[in-house]
Amino acid sequence: MSKSLSLLSKRAGKINPQSVEDYVSMGGFSALKKALTMEKMEIINEMLDANLLGRGGAAYPAGKKWKQLYNIEGEPKYIVCNADEGEPGTFKDKLLLKDDPMSIIEGMIIAGYVFNSQDGYIYIRGEYRIIQEKFKESLEACEKAGYLGDNICNSGYSFRIHVVSGAGAYVCGENSGLLNSIESKTGRPRVKPPHLAEVGLFSKPTLVNNVESFADVPLIVEMGGKAFAELGSEGDGGSKLVSICGNSVNRKVVEVGLGHVTLRDLIYDEEFGGGIADGKELKFYHLGGQSGPIGFPEQLDTPYTAKALKKEGLSVGSGALVVLDEDMCIIDYLLKVCEFFIHESCGKCTPCREGNRHVHNILTKFAKGTATEEDFERLERLSATMALASSCGLGQAACTALDSCLKHRRAEFEAHMRGECPVCFPKDKEGK
Amino acid sequence: MHIDPNKMVTIKIDGIPVTVPSGTTILEAAAKIGIKIPTLCHHPDMTVRAFCRVCVVEDSWSRRLKTACNNYVDECGEVFTNTPKVRMARKTILEMILANHPQDCLSCPKSGKCELQTLAQEYNLKENSFDSVFTRVPKQEDNPALVRDMSKCIKCGRCVDACQAIQGTNAIGYQNRSTHFSIGTAFDHPLNSTACVLCGQCVAACPVGALSEKDDTERVWDALQNPDLHVVVQVAPAVRVAIGDDFGLPKGSVATGSMVAAMRRLGFDKVFDTNFAADLTIMEEGTELLNRLQNGGKLPMITSCSPGWVNYVEKVYPDMMDNLSSCKSPQQMFGAIAKTYYAEKMGIPKEKMFVVSIMPCIAKKYECQRPEMNDSGAQDVDVVLTTRELAKMIRSRGLDLTSLPEEEFDNPLGLASGAGAIFGTSGGVMEAALRSVYAIVTGKEAGDLDFVGVRGHEAIKEASLDLNGTTVKVAVTSGLKNAKILLDKIRAGECDYQFIEVMCCPGGCVGGGGQPFRTTAAIKAQRMDGLYRIDKKSTYRQSHKNPEIQTLYKEFLGEPNGHKAHELLHTHYTKREIQ
Amino acid sequence: MLKHFSDEEILAVVEENGACKENLLAILLKLQDLSPQNYIDERTANLVADRVGLSHVQMYDILTFYAMLETKPRGKYVIEVCNSAPCYASKSDRVVAVLEKELGIKVGETTPDGLFSVQYMPCNGYCDIGPVIRVQGRTHGNLTEEKIKEIIQNLRNA
Repeated sequence: MSKSLSLLSKRAGKINPQSVEDYVSMGGFSALKKALTMEKMEIINEMLDANLLGRGGAAYPAGKKWKQLYNIEGEPKYIVCNADEGEPGTFKDKLLLKDDPMSIIEGMIIAGYVFNSQDGYIYIRGEYRIIQEKFKESLEACEKAGYLGDNICNSGYSFRIHVVSGAGAYVCGENSGLLNSIESKTGRPRVKPPHLAEVGLFSKPTLVNNVESFADVPLIVEMGGKAFAELGSEGDGGSKLVSICGNSVNRKVVEVGLGHVTLRDLIYDEEFGGGIADGKELKFYHLGGQSGPIGFPEQLDTPYTAKALKKEGLSVGSGALVVLDEDMCIIDYLLKVCEFFIHESCGKCTPCREGNRHVHNILTKFAKGTATEEDFERLERLSATMALASSCGLGQAACTALDSCLKHRRAEFEAHMRGECPVCFPKDKEGK
Repeated sequence: MHIDPNKMVTIKIDGIPVTVPSGTTILEAAAKIGIKIPTLCHHPDMTVRAFCRVCVVEDSWSRRLKTACNNYVDECGEVFTNTPKVRMARKTILEMILANHPQDCLSCPKSGKCELQTLAQEYNLKENSFDSVFTRVPKQEDNPALVRDMSKCIKCGRCVDACQAIQGTNAIGYQNRSTHFSIGTAFDHPLNSTACVLCGQCVAACPVGALSEKDDTERVWDALQNPDLHVVVQVAPAVRVAIGDDFGLPKGSVATGSMVAAMRRLGFDKVFDTNFAADLTIMEEGTELLNRLQNGGKLPMITSCSPGWVNYVEKVYPDMMDNLSSCKSPQQMFGAIAKTYYAEKMGIPKEKMFVVSIMPCIAKKYECQRPEMNDSGAQDVDVVLTTRELAKMIRSRGLDLTSLPEEEFDNPLGLASGAGAIFGTSGGVMEAALRSVYAIVTGKEAGDLDFVGVRGHEAIKEASLDLNGTTVKVAVTSGLKNAKILLDKIRAGECDYQFIEVMCCPGGCVGGGGQPFRTTAAIKAQRMDGLYRIDKKSTYRQSHKNPEIQTLYKEFLGEPNGHKAHELLHTHYTKREIQ
Repeated sequence: MLKHFSDEEILAVVEENGACKENLLAILLKLQDLSPQNYIDERTANLVADRVGLSHVQMYDILTFYAMLETKPRGKYVIEVCNSAPCYASKSDRVVAVLEKELGIKVGETTPDGLFSVQYMPCNGYCDIGPVIRVQGRTHGNLTEEKIKEIIQNLRNA
């Protein structure tokens, strides 16, 4: 029996993404029509029942976020879709943006309706510029068909969506950085408090959700929050798009019920990762992008859902699953992760700006075989300080992968201190 | 989170309960019970940036540490400010900053006053556990006033806040990201070719040695030790109420007498008072105002004492240069008079005269080098020192302001009215002008010489005065951001003021860029009070009543705004291109 | 540099792309595309800043903050190689080696004829076809030495 689901991804590849007719023929906009007849609080209750954990990476309960915003006074309220998908190894939002944009649009309109918003913004990363143009076409098509703009479906409710482009800054995926970027400020994250729900876009109350979270909204309205929750598992409802890449046989986006598959299934099952390419062995895997934890073969039987993963020190994060084979040295890999954060740190807060390069320096010592015992202490202290004291999620999570490796593969660090690593210091044929 | 300042919140900090209004930060609440949480990027008058992260504390409600500077008591449980975790994080952060900092405290202009140095001492940072990542960038000395040694920058953002949020000049800003994150001008242009007016508020804000005034103390030492030179010094009003800060006197202390004594012991041949020149300015500016009012001159007339402000008009509002009074600033009037009237009176050849100014200001260093400021036939003022530089010279001479006797200024350029004294605060020039203008126009004495309507800290202050049936509307503002609001209104024809006082720095010269470090709004207020105390106690409280001023006109200048006065005491302005 | 563009023409591009703050990055990317050397020069930056109401120093911050924007001239074709972990696992370092050999320059440099620049970029979401490069907004994946040579040749012939 197939372990994959086809809800979020049901239309992808099967319709013309810019055709309202195609979208409607496969169930599109029926949720919107239903929502327009519902009480706003009813919709929020469905969101709460759905147990939808935000799909951007931080896994904040979406229903809770909606309820909080609902209780905040102030007008106008803005709806913002975070389509700044930038976690390396993550390309699941791209699937929706490219192949089923109207599901996102529909979700945003429903959110707009709940909060009586007039304007929504979708911030799409600059690297997806071609997608931005197509997305605008989809918006125009929706407006033409009466699903967007003035008097949506003759309900009297009007809502518009504006496409905003990024220009290459991972940190704009942080919601406050994203809002700054929309406001034509530099995309460095804001000081919090105040919280975005209260002082968000243009200083107004704002809802920011991820692409996939918005695409889940029509599903939740359509099938009901409880049914949606049951697609997943306890406290972690729904299905989830997972982007699998790296050294797996298959590199693609798959959809699974949260908690209904294990990490082993995701990596080895034919319909998912299909095992390791070129007959190599699995060495480790990186979950949720560069800011996520690293898992090892001994953790493969963990179900892919928040609670079970957390017990193992792992998490879903952005939904990325990067598979690494035996040819990858852990230290070398961590250096790549660290380089990424060095490139992407906004630079304003000390721990993140300065910390990443010291982590890089020390990892380089391990890679060269010149590290000492004290370097462990330094790494741990850096990692702890960055996690505890950085201003935003970027700095706080920059050492998550390092922490996993220090915890589970300290021996590999120690081996490097002795100049031993099958990848970095390969022995010649005589074993010297 | 709902902040209601009328609601009181009680939290425990390090086990001690403290009750504060809702919306109070952890930092402020801790200060209330005597706990000083360390900070670097925080400044009480600035926006909260929370860049440095040095002020982190533990909060029982949070897994992570919280920055005390921006988190409110409303949203925390029990706070702990000195746990092992907190100390570990603070030390690590400081080590990271130091690993990217030149270790040359000995030669640093900020040594002894550096906030980073203090914290490094307090946290026992000796050997850094991290490898140095420091790279030196060239020191930028592209203007006569201000030095930027960005190798020392710790990226706290205080200077940017001063330049953008407080002054609105937008000469410097952030650029780049991550390890390249830095502070500079657009497209790295030299400071002087940007909108920078050299107000030095960035220097005053800098916690470390990245920004400083161009140090001219050696030039003054050389002059003092040159037997061929007659070296005179003038000291601006706002200096006497601030210099005590650097010698441990209570804030706002009036240290005129001991400061004069110190300067005499430094070796100045004569110690004079810029307040005298302020009185002279009132004579000229008051007359100019009356002329403009009577003869349909360009109105509103705007004061021109503040060189940062003059720079701003020349750079950003050149179309409004005609609104500026043509009067030179008191410092430049003094220079021109010192090298003519005084030199002649004393029989000293001009080229042997050396005029030093002690100013609360950095832009004055630029002003004295302007080509228009050579009306005596030589550079009217040779060197400008800031309040901080004077304090340094006093210490270097082995003197302590607190143990010196009180001495008087020399004559004839040392006698001043109380009106001259209040030039050092926002509102003071206006008040001084009104006192004399009122008396001259109406021929009457104002019953109360305190025109309190133009005093205080509001962004824009307004008043009106009845001059023989004609109502004159005046406005006072300080800080370029406020000035911009006024200028835009004038440009749009939306206001009918006749006379406006603008000072470049918020609060006026008491908060100038050359004043002792760690000046805050509260300290500025104490300095203002000090100036008003001087005024209150003065024998003469109106500039035109100053007998030395009367003598000066009688013996030398003739009439206010007369030919000689125009030659020596007035100037013109030039549009300056900016990038 | 947009030197063959008049101020009016630059401002026309700003208008066409919706001259408001929220479109700023899209406007700048568009102008950069129009620049034969793939960068935003100071005149253009200041024109846009004045039009949308930003100070010049804030504009400079934006230009230097976003990785896709550049303030210094680059080659006519900027070849960006993804060096994030997933592409690294797919041997992006070999792609770099091939590019450096073919073009005779290192990453971060521009060929003497001004035709090509090579630089790194972070993950652009095409990990399913890694290793990838991006040229002129188009992503090329599943790269082999032959494929890279072919891409370069096509650009040379273009």
